[in-house]
Amino acid sequence: MITLDINGQKVQTDAEPDTPLLWVLRDHLNMTGSKFGCGKALCGACTVHIDGNATRSCVLPVSAVATSKITTIEGVGGSKIGKAVQDAWIAENVPQCGYCQSGQIMSATALLTTNQKPTDADIDAAMAGNVCRCATYVRIRSAIKRAATTLA
Amino acid sequence: MSAVEKDAAIQATRREVLQAAGVLTVTLWLPANSAQANDVDVKSAAPFAPNAFVRIDKDGIVTIVSKHVEMGQGAYTGLATIVAEELDADWSQVRVVGSPADAKLYGNLAWGGAFQGTGGSTAIANSYDQLKVAGATARALLVTAAANRWKVPANEITVANGVLQHKSGKSARFGELVEDAAKLPVPTDVKPKDPSAYNRIGKSAARVDSKDKSTGKATFTQDIKLPGMLTAVVAHPPRFGAKVKSFDASKAKQIKGVKSVVQFDTAARSGVAVLATDFWSAKKGRDALQIEWDESNAFKQSSDDLLKEYRELSRKPGDVAKEEGDVEKAFASAARTFEATYEFPYLAHATMEPMNCVAKIGKDNCEIWNGEQFHTIDQLMVAKTLGLPPPSVKINQLYAGGSFGRRANPLADYVVETVAIAKAAGTTDPVKLVWTREDDMKAGYYRPMYVHWMKAGVDAQGKIVAWQHRIVGQALLAGTPFDSKAPIDPTSVEGAQNLPYHIPNLKVELHTTKPQVPVLWWRSVGSTHTAYATECFFDDISRETKQDPYEMRRALLDKHPRHLAALDLVAEKAGWKKQRPSDEVWGLALHESFGTVVGQVAKVKKTPNGPKLAHVVCSVDCGVAVNPNIIAMQMESGIGYGLSAALMGAVTFKEGRVEQSNFDDYQVLRINQMPSIETHIVPSKAKPSGVGEPGTPVIAPALANALARIDGKPVRSLPMSAQGVTLA
Repeated sequence: MITLDINGQKVQTDAEPDTPLLWVLRDHLNMTGSKFGCGKALCGACTVHIDGNATRSCVLPVSAVATSKITTIEGVGGSKIGKAVQDAWIAENVPQCGYCQSGQIMSATALLTTNQKPTDADIDAAMAGNVCRCATYVRIRSAIKRAATTLA
Repeated sequence: MSAVEKDAAIQATRREVLQAAGVLTVTLWLPANSAQANDVDVKSAAPFAPNAFVRIDKDGIVTIVSKHVEMGQGAYTGLATIVAEELDADWSQVRVVGSPADAKLYGNLAWGGAFQGTGGSTAIANSYDQLKVAGATARALLVTAAANRWKVPANEITVANGVLQHKSGKSARFGELVEDAAKLPVPTDVKPKDPSAYNRIGKSAARVDSKDKSTGKATFTQDIKLPGMLTAVVAHPPRFGAKVKSFDASKAKQIKGVKSVVQFDTAARSGVAVLATDFWSAKKGRDALQIEWDESNAFKQSSDDLLKEYRELSRKPGDVAKEEGDVEKAFASAARTFEATYEFPYLAHATMEPMNCVAKIGKDNCEIWNGEQFHTIDQLMVAKTLGLPPPSVKINQLYAGGSFGRRANPLADYVVETVAIAKAAGTTDPVKLVWTREDDMKAGYYRPMYVHWMKAGVDAQGKIVAWQHRIVGQALLAGTPFDSKAPIDPTSVEGAQNLPYHIPNLKVELHTTKPQVPVLWWRSVGSTHTAYATECFFDDISRETKQDPYEMRRALLDKHPRHLAALDLVAEKAGWKKQRPSDEVWGLALHESFGTVVGQVAKVKKTPNGPKLAHVVCSVDCGVAVNPNIIAMQMESGIGYGLSAALMGAVTFKEGRVEQSNFDDYQVLRINQMPSIETHIVPSKAKPSGVGEPGTPVIAPALANALARIDGKPVRSLPMSAQGVTLA
């Protein structure tokens, strides 16, 4: 049994230690907001926060995060910044197919946590690891700026 | 009672209630905040069309049944907007659910209504009149119910935002009238509103799916979990057409969680599946399989060899798709002629959600959970696989994590694969097939490779007098149930044989090739290559003859007022005739697909790090703009998708093996490569056409035409990265 700290709650899992955190969340804990896109940390659909840092959970063995604070899309709205980002995403109608957007929101929240007023270049640098095949990138930029404004 | 049985029992109750209730069914079982794409059983609720799309419950929640999948293009929102407009519903009370498979009620009218599915940018176009009548009929019933209750003339009742009112002060919300309205005979002669009265169509309602998709709550196929469900991860053949000769599953079976290992064979492919309690166990099991493949009939060509063959074919006359005047004669008397060859690679759809599906085979039925793009085709293919009548296959609609054409597969490849695995495993437990990204990338169904050869002649004034266009490539429908066996596959020449420019001598030819590569439509289909060839070649001629590419296009569009209007609008908004910044080059392209005309100006900045696509101005004429914001979103999305392919998209083969596997070797557009975009809609009263695809094919030629203005060297082979052209 591995005990995890997810969204402020202690949860236990009997998943094999080599199981990536993504699949522990999805298959063992029924938290399906984090998505499987590539399995190689190339697309960012699985992004969660590990101790506040945006991290790709698809290549992260669950045994490596037993002592970390994990935040997922299901819990990110509990923080002021996470909520502002989600509200901005809704206001800007960012999602199209929506499959990548949990990861986008987790990366955007991590960006705004360390950079309250990101420029376009800051946004491009922080978000380049998150692929969106619907190419909602124009609206992702707008939403991040909107969230920054509401947080200012 | 298992959860599934319980669900079935609820469904049965639902059916009875629906049958009793008639058009305005009381749907108390729907949670008030439901905005999920879950299927509902509405089939027996509505004996005729207007009843199949609208339901209102006692709380006033208006549930609109979408016959189309929501795969990102905003269909749910657009379809709901049309109904809400006619119904005068309160937008905050509107919900959307996906319909079951039923061609009688939900057939795609753009395809003659014979089968149900989504594609060809038809969702709004084929539903527009149908949903106007559906909404207006529901509204008329509510008005009659109120008139009867209040004993006032119906024409004195007004409706706004889900509330009916009479000047006497009486008022009622939709929910208060649904039981009365459900008992009334359904009128068949209701007239939709005059467009001058529209207060939702033409406005940008918020998307109905934004909230769930911004909070991780939207349910995709990948997220389905059912009691007893097993996850299947598969080993596909290393080459198309290879079959399993033998396999050793002993190591796979030792992995904890692995339940069974089975071989499957479908019309699309053969393989071995490992079924386990969860994905990771199944994947470890799959990776531990030892399989011997029979590759005697497998595809073993390389894409370089195919390209050589195509180039040679492009120099020989093909089947004639269109001929006007006499190009040979016109070339002979032309002042100057031009020739060019364009080359296009195979492309993967690479949706964010790799293909997946859930199937549960019962004693005499089957249930499917899928982001369902081809409802009745998939239903039929599953039924055939199991020897069932199609109505015994129930399709549960879910949000699709992108498709771009991939999920509309005439063989229902991944859906049938799921069913074949469950059947081979002999289980009545639900089976979820999950492809990894690598499985998805290598499984085929690509946009085909094409080579185009083109020749044009101009007169002494530089006017184009002859245009010959020869296309070489695979037909999309060959070998599928849609194969018409005609020499000309229309999807191969669309966008070329209907060239909008008025040129007196025109010839379009086709060579249809048949390599053993599974191919499929890819966002904007034939236009993905024909728009590039036609618009780049046209621009080359304008450059070579020192004519303005905008004016030169204008002069040949006298018979196409919609093209002209879209061209003028994009030129005006881009400031085409004004002074340009000295460090910028601009490229223009114009193309019609699926009845929608799109113009784009790509503004490329010359920087020390190379050219940078800084900004795109886009015009679009799609008839009535149902939701302008979603139209702009689709132009942006199409531009991003088209740009991704133009810059770096290519699937290649080495002795039959697919060389790409994931987003490292099949690169896709990222945010730092995305230009800013402005979209301008041509005002129109014409019936709406689609917007999901038409933005896609225009950006590549617009960009290429800008880049060619830097050094006069046009890029004629895609992707640009393979030609050493990269952007800053």
